[in-house]
Amino acid sequence: MRPTDTRDPDYFHKVVDCQWACPAHTPVPEYIRLVSAGRYDAAYMVNWWSNVFPGVLGRTCDRPCEPACRRSRVEEGNGEKPQPVAICRLKRVAADHKGEVAAQMPKPRPRNGKRVACVGGGPASMTVARDLALAGYQVTVFESDPKPGGFMRSQVPRFRLPESVIDEECGFITELGVEFRGGTRIGSLKDLLAQGWDAVFVGSGAPRARDLDLPGRKEAAAHIHLGIDWLASVSFGHVEKIGRRVIVLGGGNTAMDCCRSARRLGGEEVKVIVRSGFDEMKASPWEKEDAMHEGIPILNYHVPKTFEHEQGRLVAMTFELVRAEFDGNGRRTLVPTGAPDVRVECDDVLVAVGQENAFPWIERDIGLEFDRWGLPVLGAASLQSTLPRVFFGGDAAFGPKNIIWAVAHGHEAAVSIDKFLQGEDVNERPPPMVTLVSQKMGIHEWSYDNEITREQRQVVPWVAKELALSSIKVEVELGFDAQAACKEAARCLNCDAQTVFLKDACIECDACVDICPMDCITFTTNADEAELRKRLSAPALNLSQDLYVSDHVKTGRVMVKDEDVCLHCGLCAERCPTGAWDMQKFLLQTTKAGPGCRSKTTLGAAA
Amino acid sequence: MTYLAKPKLHHPSLAQNKVCYTRRDYEGRVSTLCAGCGHDSISAAIIQACWEMDVEPHRVAKMSGIGCSSKTPDYFLGNSHGFNTVHGRMPSVLTGANLANRSLLYLGVSGDGDSASIGIGQFAHVMRRGVNMVYILENNGVYGLTKGQFSATADQGSKSKKGAINTESPIDTISLALQMGATFVARGFSGDKKQLVPIIKAAIAHKGAAFIDVISPCVTFNNHAGSTKSYDYVREHNEAVNRVDFIPTRQEIVVDYAEGQVIEVEQHDGTVLLLRKLHRDYDPHDKVGAMNYITKHQAEGEVVTGLLYVDNDAGDLHEHLNTIDAPLNTLGAKQLSPGMAALEKINQRLR
Repeated sequence: MRPTDTRDPDYFHKVVDCQWACPAHTPVPEYIRLVSAGRYDAAYMVNWWSNVFPGVLGRTCDRPCEPACRRSRVEEGNGEKPQPVAICRLKRVAADHKGEVAAQMPKPRPRNGKRVACVGGGPASMTVARDLALAGYQVTVFESDPKPGGFMRSQVPRFRLPESVIDEECGFITELGVEFRGGTRIGSLKDLLAQGWDAVFVGSGAPRARDLDLPGRKEAAAHIHLGIDWLASVSFGHVEKIGRRVIVLGGGNTAMDCCRSARRLGGEEVKVIVRSGFDEMKASPWEKEDAMHEGIPILNYHVPKTFEHEQGRLVAMTFELVRAEFDGNGRRTLVPTGAPDVRVECDDVLVAVGQENAFPWIERDIGLEFDRWGLPVLGAASLQSTLPRVFFGGDAAFGPKNIIWAVAHGHEAAVSIDKFLQGEDVNERPPPMVTLVSQKMGIHEWSYDNEITREQRQVVPWVAKELALSSIKVEVELGFDAQAACKEAARCLNCDAQTVFLKDACIECDACVDICPMDCITFTTNADEAELRKRLSAPALNLSQDLYVSDHVKTGRVMVKDEDVCLHCGLCAERCPTGAWDMQKFLLQTTKAGPGCRSKTTLGAAA
Repeated sequence: MTYLAKPKLHHPSLAQNKVCYTRRDYEGRVSTLCAGCGHDSISAAIIQACWEMDVEPHRVAKMSGIGCSSKTPDYFLGNSHGFNTVHGRMPSVLTGANLANRSLLYLGVSGDGDSASIGIGQFAHVMRRGVNMVYILENNGVYGLTKGQFSATADQGSKSKKGAINTESPIDTISLALQMGATFVARGFSGDKKQLVPIIKAAIAHKGAAFIDVISPCVTFNNHAGSTKSYDYVREHNEAVNRVDFIPTRQEIVVDYAEGQVIEVEQHDGTVLLLRKLHRDYDPHDKVGAMNYITKHQAEGEVVTGLLYVDNDAGDLHEHLNTIDAPLNTLGAKQLSPGMAALEKINQRLR
């Protein structure tokens, strides 16, 4: 193998699995260390720069970081149940325990005279607004609801996300001089463009719920509700109760929000009924657990067949029972089992079987192209539409995803808009800002805590179940207290403290090989990657994790380190007599809109 | 050293041996030696060898004297018996232990000061007597604990860290062991575990006095230009006469070797050593030849390593003394003190 090029920011970035997995590339270990030091304000600001809504995301994020977390890999085969660090809940700790951060908020650059309109007041639009306001743009956000937040406010139930959190974090953005026009629905993109905006960002979400056109749908319509619309009505107080027996159709997170909301509005017998198998459901595992914890059964392999009604009143639903069969390519088909249909009595049904994009307000003759799925044709990285001054992001761009993806899109779109309005090529993406600094403080001292705890994942405390189910507004999770947060933060392996190898200093004494608790390091003759992976002290079977290969050391061999289960304990560096190993902190921040994202040549010309 | 204990977490694929221990179970406490010390590599080689040999930790007695090397038994086999003796007196304590309980595996760990200076008499006699043990001499040519003076094994003409030249003639422990009647004599290098681990395994399987001299660079006081015990010097001058492959039983020999390339040594317990020849004419059964070869090549500045001598039919002290098979601590009072009649019988024999 060729020696690893550690100057490529991606190499060490991938080692920080959580940050690599995060769409917004939040420097996770950095804020977790600040949490364990009790520096909640600083931890909050690290998050705020990257993901804009730490308080919201600390409660509702889909947490792509947690399945990626190295902690669960290193606990594999070590007795207890492997569990990732509770990254998401530590983010909430930063948000809940912070003091007054208003003074730490940055000051926007002087206005540059350019005006940008954002359509929709959800996470994508608000991110664009924040980034561009800081860069000196005059941004106006149009939202049909009276307050900003979009999906976060209208569909995430209050028992998961109190309104005060949304108010505070949207407030930080409007404080930057962003103009928010609530209660304003944009009915025509053509008209909006005619108002002379320099750029328009569309972050209008995926607002249309999929329906189920089954026999009885029309007749029983009064008691059949579309999940996201019903959730919004609940959020805004238009709906305050539901029947005693409720069926929720669908297996995604919206279905989980629906069933738990129904449970709080008078639904005593709430069931989630889903076509697929339990394990293939789209909902996050923890959301399924939370629903079941509240006494909501999940029935799988039930395909809805009819709505049964008597005198215009919904009385039951029937379902066909199926089983999953997989063909040679692993493709699944649901095959009827032949068992008699199941009839489930109910008073109300909530349909949460998916969402779609809808752009009825975008004229099809203004040069903005859509693909055959009705989604806008966009530059994959730039998010620029075929109408150069119109950009998309969030669910409006590539279909329904989640808040953290919306934020990530917002950052990228803001960079594109900034470059576009400064006359630059939007397809030329700015490299991230990276620092790599030695953490050595003394002979056995590092600026991070390198002792590896065997502490198990801390359990988030909940309010008593009776209290939780008594009101839609009682937040269920209480969040970690400072002590639990400290214990949980200690489980973080500090993967950003990188093991950096300087081959010229190495005397091949094997001290690092002998001390490494995870058998990550090997000195061997070079070979191709497949061969090397077999030849190491411990086989490197996880192909998603890179091998760190040095150039030839004195004996002609190479140093190979399997990054997979490295604990970042720094013992290799402590046992190295020559400093050939060093622990260096890798800090990567994606480049946001503003002068930093512009190409050097343009900057030079402007100066 | 490090202040931290080595984390107990281990690689998910870490395997257990036949006696249900992982390699990590053979570790001891975290080393307090200087970072990069060759001795730590030797400890790691002992751990690896014991794991591969399915050694039961509670059936091992590790003994040492005084010095950097003699501290190391604390850093491996944390669940075995240990005895830190007086300086240079490991062989006599070990001999006593061995006579009392022959069922344990005896691992003697010593250094060049401990064995070639203060304990040279003890070293010579334990080899002579053929005590069944593995004697590992961690040889770095300096007194590391007292700031790096030349030890008795430092080569004449080699340079100390401060620039002094050694004027005294070195003791070659390999030649001494051969002369004293050791039945298994090898030399290894701490920087080459591929060679060292099989040698230790073969020594464990050997019945009789097995001596391994391991060149183990002192990174703090003896790893500079002008030293003949530095990583660089040993790597440059290492002349391995053979490579040992340790095979637990004859049935398991599966590798095909070309004619004349390999020497097969079947030991007492049925284990087999396959010696891949690196020097065509080297015969590890020929004691006199070995002594000549080593003397000649060492005079040329080479560091001769590998399995240098092995006696297939070696016996040990218990055999020579015709002692009882059972460990003494398993005998009852009646057997240990058979009474006046038995004493009378013995006395009669000597009249």
